[in-house]
Amino acid sequence: MFTQLPLIILVLPLLGFLLLIFLGKRLPRKGDWLAAGLLITALALSLSLLISKLAGQPDESFTQTFRWLAIGTHTIHFGITIDNLSAVMLVVVTLVSSLVHLFSIGYMKDDPRYSRYYAYLGLFSFSMLGIVLTSNLLFMYIFWELVGISSYLLIGFWYEKKSASNAANKAFIVNRVGDFGMFLGIMILFVNFATFSFKEIFDLVEAGQLPYGSTGWLTTAGLLIFCGAIGKSAQFPLQVWLPDAMEGPTPVSALIHAATMVAAGVYLVARMFPMLTADALLVIAYIGAITSFLAASIALTQFDIKRVLAFSTISQLGYMILALGVGAYTAGFMHLVTHAAFKAGLFLGAGSVIYAMHQVLHAQNDHHTDAQDVRNMGGLKSKMPVTYYTFLMFTLAISGIPLTSGFLSKDEILAGTLAYSTLNGHWLLPLLGFVVAGMTAFYMFRLLLLTFHGNPSDRERISAIKESPLVMTLPLIVLATVSLFVFYSFNPFGAADGWLYQAIERPISMVPNMLQPVDAGIFEEAVHHIHGTAMVLSILFALSGILLAIGMYYWKKIKAENLVQRTGVLYDLSFNSWYFDELYDRIFVSGLFLLTRISKWFDEHIIDAIVNSSAWVSRGIASVAGLFDTNIVDGLVHATAASADRAGSMLSKIQTGKIQTYLVYVIFSFLVLFILFI
Amino acid sequence: MEFQFLGLGILSWIVFIPILGMIIILLIPDRNRNAIRWTAAAVTSIQVLLAGIIYSVFDQAKTGINNIESFQFVEHHNWITVDAVPWVGKIKIDYFLGLDGLSILMVILTALIAFVGVISSWNIKKMVKGYFALYLLLIAGIMGVFVALDFFLFFIFWEVMLLPMYFLIGIWGGPQREYAAIKFFLYTFIGGILMLLTMLALYFSVAYTDPATGESIHTFNILHMMNPDNFVDGGLLGGLDTTWRYVAWMALFINFAIKIPIFPFHTWLPDAHVQAPTPISVILAGVLLKLGAYGLLRINFPIFPDATLYFGYFMAVLGMISIIYGAFCAMAQDDFKKLIAYSSISHMGIVILGIAALNTQGMVGGVLQMFNHGIITAVLFLSVGVLYDRTHTRGLYDFGGMANQMPKYTGIAMVGMFAAMGLPGLNGFVSELFSFLGAFAAYRWITIISVTGIIITAAYILWTIQRIFLGKTPDRWEDLKDLTLREYISFVPLIILIVLLGIFPSLAIDLINSSLSGLVELVTGGGI
Amino acid sequence: MELMITPWLAEPGLVHFLIVSALLLSLGLMAVLSRRNVIMVLMGVELILNSANINLIAFSRYTSLSLEGQMIALFVIIIAAAEAAVALAIVLNMYSRFNTVHLDEIDSLKG
Repeated sequence: MFTQLPLIILVLPLLGFLLLIFLGKRLPRKGDWLAAGLLITALALSLSLLISKLAGQPDESFTQTFRWLAIGTHTIHFGITIDNLSAVMLVVVTLVSSLVHLFSIGYMKDDPRYSRYYAYLGLFSFSMLGIVLTSNLLFMYIFWELVGISSYLLIGFWYEKKSASNAANKAFIVNRVGDFGMFLGIMILFVNFATFSFKEIFDLVEAGQLPYGSTGWLTTAGLLIFCGAIGKSAQFPLQVWLPDAMEGPTPVSALIHAATMVAAGVYLVARMFPMLTADALLVIAYIGAITSFLAASIALTQFDIKRVLAFSTISQLGYMILALGVGAYTAGFMHLVTHAAFKAGLFLGAGSVIYAMHQVLHAQNDHHTDAQDVRNMGGLKSKMPVTYYTFLMFTLAISGIPLTSGFLSKDEILAGTLAYSTLNGHWLLPLLGFVVAGMTAFYMFRLLLLTFHGNPSDRERISAIKESPLVMTLPLIVLATVSLFVFYSFNPFGAADGWLYQAIERPISMVPNMLQPVDAGIFEEAVHHIHGTAMVLSILFALSGILLAIGMYYWKKIKAENLVQRTGVLYDLSFNSWYFDELYDRIFVSGLFLLTRISKWFDEHIIDAIVNSSAWVSRGIASVAGLFDTNIVDGLVHATAASADRAGSMLSKIQTGKIQTYLVYVIFSFLVLFILFI
Repeated sequence: MEFQFLGLGILSWIVFIPILGMIIILLIPDRNRNAIRWTAAAVTSIQVLLAGIIYSVFDQAKTGINNIESFQFVEHHNWITVDAVPWVGKIKIDYFLGLDGLSILMVILTALIAFVGVISSWNIKKMVKGYFALYLLLIAGIMGVFVALDFFLFFIFWEVMLLPMYFLIGIWGGPQREYAAIKFFLYTFIGGILMLLTMLALYFSVAYTDPATGESIHTFNILHMMNPDNFVDGGLLGGLDTTWRYVAWMALFINFAIKIPIFPFHTWLPDAHVQAPTPISVILAGVLLKLGAYGLLRINFPIFPDATLYFGYFMAVLGMISIIYGAFCAMAQDDFKKLIAYSSISHMGIVILGIAALNTQGMVGGVLQMFNHGIITAVLFLSVGVLYDRTHTRGLYDFGGMANQMPKYTGIAMVGMFAAMGLPGLNGFVSELFSFLGAFAAYRWITIISVTGIIITAAYILWTIQRIFLGKTPDRWEDLKDLTLREYISFVPLIILIVLLGIFPSLAIDLINSSLSGLVELVTGGGI
Repeated sequence: MELMITPWLAEPGLVHFLIVSALLLSLGLMAVLSRRNVIMVLMGVELILNSANINLIAFSRYTSLSLEGQMIALFVIIIAAAEAAVALAIVLNMYSRFNTVHLDEIDSLKG
């Protein structure tokens, strides 16, 4: 069961992709029922797999391999692994994916490439499940790139818009930069260990083998593979692609750019955890902390509803990475799971709002107003009650308010970070973590209040808004439900008692002793010790953030404009995403184009010039030779010909043309010969 | 071998059936254009069929390379034997054909690309008879190079394909066809001269003892040249690691480097590609470029293992430069065809990097990359052709929105482009992966720099896709038609192979694995 | 002298035939070289052929006992007939082209 079922789950979306890409337009309803049905089947299978795994053999790990190819003396396998980590991820991915499929039935209703859209979703789901299931690094990389390309296709889905295709290119190329590092890491491991399999690599590391015999290379390999995660999970410094990726349809943003694909980086780090050294983990933790702070600071000032959510996603991913870095493995993974639910919910809620806005704007023939700008909304609460209340639920969850799933996981992360700093003295990490918790609460409530409360900017427009259809609100309700704490732990203040914490344990580090991260036991002890403090602090930070937001946007006690003027430069930095895009444009994009132009110039004006001038020189020599040839060599030849000609014209005189003359010649010469020789 | 028909083996047939076709075409009156086309199509489909038979019968376990016993489909006959030339001794040139894991992929590729080329030549209007006659002669030459095991024969086939190519570019090409054709001809010809000199030097240095009569015979047999015992005492190229051996290696290398082409011998390629008609570009990029890399592997590596080891680093550096430089140049182009021509340079750089690694992963990756690149560029050049036929322009900025206008074409072309980008699931990925893996084991830093090429490649390919397929359709292209049936026929087999080999690369790798392991062992002396 | 001549005349031998043949040859040659009319030239050729025939038969009679000479003479006669037919055809063609059968007027081969 644990070997065949995952394969079936993996193949179902692929089947959907193939059927829709070739037959899509000919199927009834363009095949949306097929795609959604396949994904819901996969969800059911994944759930039964998870339940039977946890109930039956929670400590086992099942791996099945198939020969892919043999090269030299190595055989390379395609393999799938079912352990608790992948079983949980299967459910997360199929759940979000099937809900997004349902939601899209409403959202994408009139799109001319409706079936193509579902085909791409199928391709994405397949690749994502591949990442979850694979048992070796090579196939991790393969599926990694495949989710990249499906993300490319979906971001650029409305490719008539230049901005969409630009965003798609940017997403893929920035990810390629991360993948470049990941590929180097894989090569280092393969060259030294001659295997791609996670398990075999870990076993070899445990047995004391190091890449090139040095611990430095082990850290390097780990960090290089982490580069893949930096790209996919939009971590600093490759975070620039994710906000632009919001050009894609909103359900896609929910599925790919919030819940699943961007979490793949976190999953990768979780998978590679046993071979990451303490140094590598420290770098990872800092990158996570910096990312979460940077993104949160940008989210404070954005007005585009999807951009706020995009930066919030980056920030939350930073949290997860931070958690894994400090060794709060389970907390990080748990945040991945809970975040998948509430962030997908937030995006779908935003999608529902945007859909409603679009309908109205379309009906009013208004093509100038931006349907995603919160300044054009306000007061939607009464018009879209289901969307509002689910959105509120998600906002509470992401802000880390007790009784929500987000509280459970965020609390554990902060506790873990705090515990880490007490052991290691890296105080910056928990400091950033708590500040970001406050900022998150602030910008999420700011978004909620601007969108659903307050005075609408255009009363006529807002009064025409209608709630989205059931097919769109149902996924919201489901996601809001699973954002409650009970699904993860029956104790609302202690995630550690829940099933997820029991199921997912931090794996034993395989690296040599001196490189080991803080021992799990000691770490747990410290976390336990400091848990209460962390909880109080995190609730305090969150509440103050919420209070500030309410004070500014609901009670209007604090004027937002004043604050903007007061903070000047800082506001500019935040509003313009710290000018990262401009910086990268100046340095990397312009640099690349400069290099291409230099290459082209070099090719045309140096190399080709050498070739052409060598041809020119040989032509010069040839023309000298040609002169010699025509005047001297050919002159001789011509002289010969001319003398022959002259001789001929003289001799032709005796050709009278009369046959009798010739006969006389014959007889005469015969006689002469006769006389001479006889 | 039992695969004989009219006394000739299957390799002879696959080489000479285009010649037969050429003769038939020459007998058909000029106005009977369809008969000419169908003859060419029939001939090339027979070749594909023969290649299929070879593929199904081929024994993967046999190594080949330097051991006559493990070559397959061998045909070995005396061809020219001159008994007593005073200062040379006995001259012996053989008609010697054989197949091993190194050549089988190339033979299959040639047959396939030749077929596709004929299909896409259907709309050639100018001097149809001459075109197809030259085309088939070209194919015969290429096929001959891939199966010849006698250096003399190899050289003859090598030169045979030069002239038809010259005329095919020079007569049926674009506006600057003469310049391009001459450039191509001169480059290749200079290389050919270097090869001729080396061949003669090798000939005088190598003599084997006839087991039957005990006399010493000079020979052009490539397999005999691989055996160090056969070098005569005091011969120019005898011994190991001598200057002359390095010179000879370099002369051959330059010849093959021109064909591949490797920086800085590459400038004939963009011109030739841009000027050549579509099917000729397909042949040129799809098969002709592979001759260079094949020659390196068939001749340079096993005959001069010492020099190969000595110059390994040098080759890797050139490979790296080709990868990066080709990608940069590709990005700077605004002519679609030129872009693909430069991308060929970049992708063939990966081949060089892979085989320079001198280990099995790199070799297999490199040879597989030759095959895959042949198929992928064929698709790309056909894509250019489709657009050019309809619009008579290749400017990247002239297009846009083709995804709406020609959805089927877009789908197919994008598969080709993604494969060129090295997307997993398509064939380009596997070969690039193993080329880099092998190279990384041998030259760490060079490979790290080379791998940045995949980022640049992604950039220029996605940018190209954006400029051609995405966005809004310009008004003037609003009546462009999607693919015709004939175009489908030329695309579909290639696309199927791209996907199939991407998912099941072992179909190809199993064929070449054993031979290339043997070659690696031969060059490195059983090391690694 | 007379004594010498008489038996020589009375008893015809090989020489007589050869003399006749030589005369015939000379006549034929004369006709070929000097007549303007093609037909006459042709007749001269016939004479030459016949002089050869005489030679053949005479030599055959006086030098061997077999009939080789006569046989070859028969061949010559047959070939002469064929030749005459072909030649007359040529003459007809010539006439239709040049409107004359006089050889001195036909000199288009003149260099």
